[in-house]
Amino acid sequence: MRLTQGTFSYLPDLTDEQIQAQVQYCLDNDWPVAVEYTDDPHPRNIYWTMWGLPMFDLLDAAGVMHEINACRHAFPNHYIRVTGYDRRLGRQTTALSFIVNRPAEEPGFYLERQEGADRQVRYTLRAYAAVRPSGQRYG
Amino acid sequence: MNPVQTLDQVIDLDAAYRESNVQAILDELDRELVGLTPVKRRIREIAALLLIARLRERAGLSTERPSLHMSFTGRPGTGKTTVALRMSKILHHLGYVRRGHLVVATRDDLVGQYVGHTAPKTKEVLKKAMGGVLFIDEAYYLYRPENERDYGQEAIEMLLQVMENQRDDLVVILAGYKDRMDTFFQANPGFHSRIAHHLAFPDYTLDELMAIAELMLQQQNYHFDTEARLAFAAYLALRVQQPHFANARSVRNALDRVKLRQANRLIARGGQIDAGELMRLDAADIRASRVFRGGLDTEDTGTPQG
Repeated sequence: MRLTQGTFSYLPDLTDEQIQAQVQYCLDNDWPVAVEYTDDPHPRNIYWTMWGLPMFDLLDAAGVMHEINACRHAFPNHYIRVTGYDRRLGRQTTALSFIVNRPAEEPGFYLERQEGADRQVRYTLRAYAAVRPSGQRYG
Repeated sequence: MNPVQTLDQVIDLDAAYRESNVQAILDELDRELVGLTPVKRRIREIAALLLIARLRERAGLSTERPSLHMSFTGRPGTGKTTVALRMSKILHHLGYVRRGHLVVATRDDLVGQYVGHTAPKTKEVLKKAMGGVLFIDEAYYLYRPENERDYGQEAIEMLLQVMENQRDDLVVILAGYKDRMDTFFQANPGFHSRIAHHLAFPDYTLDELMAIAELMLQQQNYHFDTEARLAFAAYLALRVQQPHFANARSVRNALDRVKLRQANRLIARGGQIDAGELMRLDAADIRASRVFRGGLDTEDTGTPQG
């Protein structure tokens, strides 16, 4: 199952040129860009591991592309995303975030139904890959 | 596109030249930078090369991107940083770099204090400079042969790697005094071969220094009267023979002190003056300089009496 999340979740994966153009858009808006990775892609897991510090004071996307490629090289089978943070007072939030790398095989999620009292059902999602210890998921 | 098909295609050089807007920058360079003839000539050549490379690309002729890393050598105050700033604009207008900003770095910005500190620091600066020009002032400080464990070598290796592999993203300009840069290049032959353009900045002649002074004053809405002009020419003739003479920078500092004396003179006299007096620099303001009494007019000891 192809995992989607973030700004371009409805689009096919972006090419490198498209990624560079989006990053450039972030930088033009004065949003520092950060690269993050994880192998636990549960939708509620918002704390991905940071690849280095957020990149402040950059003007050109080439520097960010360099870091994205370095991260891809180190974690070819992890999910990697790029976020642009709008620090302006009144917004102060992630303005844009999209996936730039995904594992070759994505087994998807198991939907677990838990029967409770009074026929109540609680649902929970479990990534098939997350059963294995971190670092050994996704091939 | 097959290049053979395009051989008879007519290319309007003049239109391409106008379109690139480079003439305006070159004119500005001529107007605002006095002297530096060999440097200007080389900049013109580089501009022409880039324009032709772009036209070739448009005509479907495969061209390798020319390597544009440069080294600027010259004594202090000969305009190396100023030209680097202009260079980044020119390269931007000709579409060689994407952003056209200038990042100035010295050894402190590139080399770390302890093991493992250098690489992130250098990488940070390189990333900031991507899409623009990285200007490394006094580049020879990167290499300290007397200390074999110096971290400078690490920064040099990273620089060389980026200069070679990411030519599209970044132009590196190294600057420094001629003799020390020569030793630096001898010790790091990799640098020398990766730098295509070696520009030597000549010292200014007395006439050029005078023209620089006039230009600076004009920009700040001051002017010399006839007497003062002669006095300043005499001042320069004496000053160039003294140690620590830093060309245009010394001229600027001398003018700053002259302005200080002018202000003092006007305040001391008091009374009523016209606006023209506020702009006029007097011969006495200049003759008061220590240089005329055989003293040293260095920058750091520049007291009001100078």
